Amino acid sequence: MWPGAMLKEVLCSLFKKPATHNYPFVKIAKPEAFRGKLNFFSDKCIGCKICMRDCPSNAIIIHKIADKQFEAEIRLDKCVYCAQCVESCPKKALEATHDFELASLSQDSLRVIIK
Amino acid sequence: MIHSLFAIFIFPGFLFLCVISLAAEFIDRKVYARLQNRVGPPWFQPLADMIKLFGKEDIMPEEANPLMFKGLPIFALAAVATAFLYIPLWSPESLFSFDCDIIVVLYLLTLPTIAFFLAGWYSTSLYAMIGAIRSLTQLFAYEVPLFLGVLAPAIIANTWSLSGLIAFYRIHPVLAACNMLGFFVSIIALQGKLEKVPFDIPEAETEIVAGSFTEYSGRLLAMFRMAIAMELVVGASLFSAVFLPFGFGLPLAGAIAAYIVKIVFIILLSCLIRTLFARMRIDQMVEFCWKYLAPIALTQILINLLIKGMVL
Amino acid sequence: MAKVTIPIGPQHPSLKEPESFSVTIDGEKIISMTMKLGYNHRGIEKACEERTYLQDMYLIERICGICSHTHSTCFIQAVEEIAGLEIPRRAAYIRSLVGELERIHSHLLWLGVAGHEIGFDTLLMYSWRDREIVMDLLAMLTGNRVNYAINTIGGIRRDINADNIRDILKAVDTLEERTKYYIQIATQEVTLIQRLSGVGTLSFEDAKRLGAVGPTARASNLPRDTRKDDPYAAYGELNFKVVTDTHNDVYGRTLVRVGELMESYAIIRQILTNLPDGPIAVKAPRKIAPGEATSRYEAPRGEDLHYVKSNGSDKPERVKVRAPTLANLQSVSKMLENGYLADFPIVIAAIDPCFSCTDRMIVGVHHPDGELAGAMDWKALRTYSIDWYKKNRGVNFKIKA
Repeated sequence: MWPGAMLKEVLCSLFKKPATHNYPFVKIAKPEAFRGKLNFFSDKCIGCKICMRDCPSNAIIIHKIADKQFEAEIRLDKCVYCAQCVESCPKKALEATHDFELASLSQDSLRVIIK
Repeated sequence: MIHSLFAIFIFPGFLFLCVISLAAEFIDRKVYARLQNRVGPPWFQPLADMIKLFGKEDIMPEEANPLMFKGLPIFALAAVATAFLYIPLWSPESLFSFDCDIIVVLYLLTLPTIAFFLAGWYSTSLYAMIGAIRSLTQLFAYEVPLFLGVLAPAIIANTWSLSGLIAFYRIHPVLAACNMLGFFVSIIALQGKLEKVPFDIPEAETEIVAGSFTEYSGRLLAMFRMAIAMELVVGASLFSAVFLPFGFGLPLAGAIAAYIVKIVFIILLSCLIRTLFARMRIDQMVEFCWKYLAPIALTQILINLLIKGMVL
Repeated sequence: MAKVTIPIGPQHPSLKEPESFSVTIDGEKIISMTMKLGYNHRGIEKACEERTYLQDMYLIERICGICSHTHSTCFIQAVEEIAGLEIPRRAAYIRSLVGELERIHSHLLWLGVAGHEIGFDTLLMYSWRDREIVMDLLAMLTGNRVNYAINTIGGIRRDINADNIRDILKAVDTLEERTKYYIQIATQEVTLIQRLSGVGTLSFEDAKRLGAVGPTARASNLPRDTRKDDPYAAYGELNFKVVTDTHNDVYGRTLVRVGELMESYAIIRQILTNLPDGPIAVKAPRKIAPGEATSRYEAPRGEDLHYVKSNGSDKPERVKVRAPTLANLQSVSKMLENGYLADFPIVIAAIDPCFSCTDRMIVGVHHPDGELAGAMDWKALRTYSIDWYKKNRGVNFKIKA
């Protein structure tokens, strides 16, 4: 038992590269499995709306715009990024991208419509 | 007259002290961060913090005594800035040196702590009151070892004046090495004076929010923060004059460089201490100071008395 | 100095979540403490009744940010029990794997918080830096650092491959080395030991009587661990020991947690070497047959308990969650008796509290005449708030007809 047990480690750190990153300027690699903003492929969608039913936060709405033509309205502010919809979709019409820097000052820009 | 005013308020007085205090705070924070493997703040961070605080609204508790509440930060700041004027920085003589100035400097350095206590007391807040009482309790614990430690070198030199001290150690530089025990005690006691880990008990944020400063905001808080930043520099300057009395005879540029090296060294030591330890409890702190620090300081006095009797 | 009662919380730097403690102190000594829960009631249980089982899983996962896998697994286990689903062995192993990784991240987080509460910020910075290693692992395995969303009814959502296994084993080696270093620090650093030992003592009898769970109980030498007592996921097939300690104080709780970290590394190695092949999920029905089930799970903080009642539809009829902190809160006032005010933050932190997870409901007490005591209806509340602002802030809100 003695005071200053961390002395060696602490002094070594002085000459080490900092463990923290200067984030907005230095980007960090995201893992392959990362779940970010949703992407929608309208040509694959069959309008079954299972995604809407499974979404825990009602963040996705599928609108019918014409016969067999659908668009997805995604509410980025409501989405919890669980990607359950991606899993539920029988036709793989949805995809989770690596895009996560979605903060915005206006609520309108958080409502994304993908045709 | 003009020359004195310039010396007091601009260089090497108040304004210069402000600048080096902010620089010292930056070094302290940056090195603290690097020791913890972090990036740390940019160079202008302490200045930016001050500007931000000065731009903020002052909020005062309804029950607080306005005179005391507003006066105490200025009082603390003034006391530290005054102490600085009596410390020889790079020239062997301080601005206004006189006999016994070492005692005056030590007492001027006690005043901010008293101001913290009163500020807490007059804030009429529970957290501030507990912080105030802790400040005072702590003062009684570290003050005696600090005084003993700082005054020990004066015993050999047979003078109570800082310039006399420096003059003596310029003739007998080897004897300065005998004061290292006192230097060690003083550096630790300084942590108590600056209210830094392990002795940051009066403003332990996880226990009593911000202690004495809980109710302070805006300009008044900025003044207290500035006073603490200045205390670090003044303390380091005092120690560098008393314990490391080297480099005073060099030409001006060399002497200034020696001064900077010395205070940076002391600031780094203080920074290392606050990196390495956990905060003590007030009872442990008092026990530590009286059980270990005070006896070590007394040993230093004894050594110095023996040296004085036998060698000189 | 006279006795004073100081409020700690609902807003206080030592508490990371809103909870109110009133501490009566005499000088620096604590005389008594009362606490008030319910500042963060989020109505999650009621919300669960409005959503399907699959949606509930993601909601339940958000009860706690630190032990999100705990809550989702605990809930899913209950649902699977009602539905009579047998999850594949590979799924059970991976659930345990994520559970142990979560325990590592939670304990390293705790170590840092404990350091911060006693003013040892260096320990905080280092342990949180090392925690990033396990956070990266979790992100790699599940796709996110918190709220992993790896569970699904009937199994798990993502499989792991040989590359992942290699990465995990490598990271676990590094973490083990770091943990050994922290054990060394915890047994050497004088100021740390002084601040932790003898603080917040809870005797074996008190721990048993007050129903302490998790590391809090185990530090009082009470070997209470759901992983051993009622094995779930893959724990029945794994070989590990329950770490206990006889210090009975905060220091003991620290040692138990770092000891558990070492156990977790051993468990993870076992899981990865014995990982069975096969499917990762079975198909689950949308509607769950009527029935009820309780499920237990050893969260990093202690035993977590979920109760689910099904009425045959795709939505549960009732969900009840008891987070481990609630079980440990009773012990806190015992631990604080005759303690110092300075020890208050670390004693609270030593149970690793998660107040937001604890706040489940507000109980209204009924008067004999049937009126809810202290409850206000919407109209009365509105009038009260308008009056309050008029009186205290001088703001006159116009009442719309």
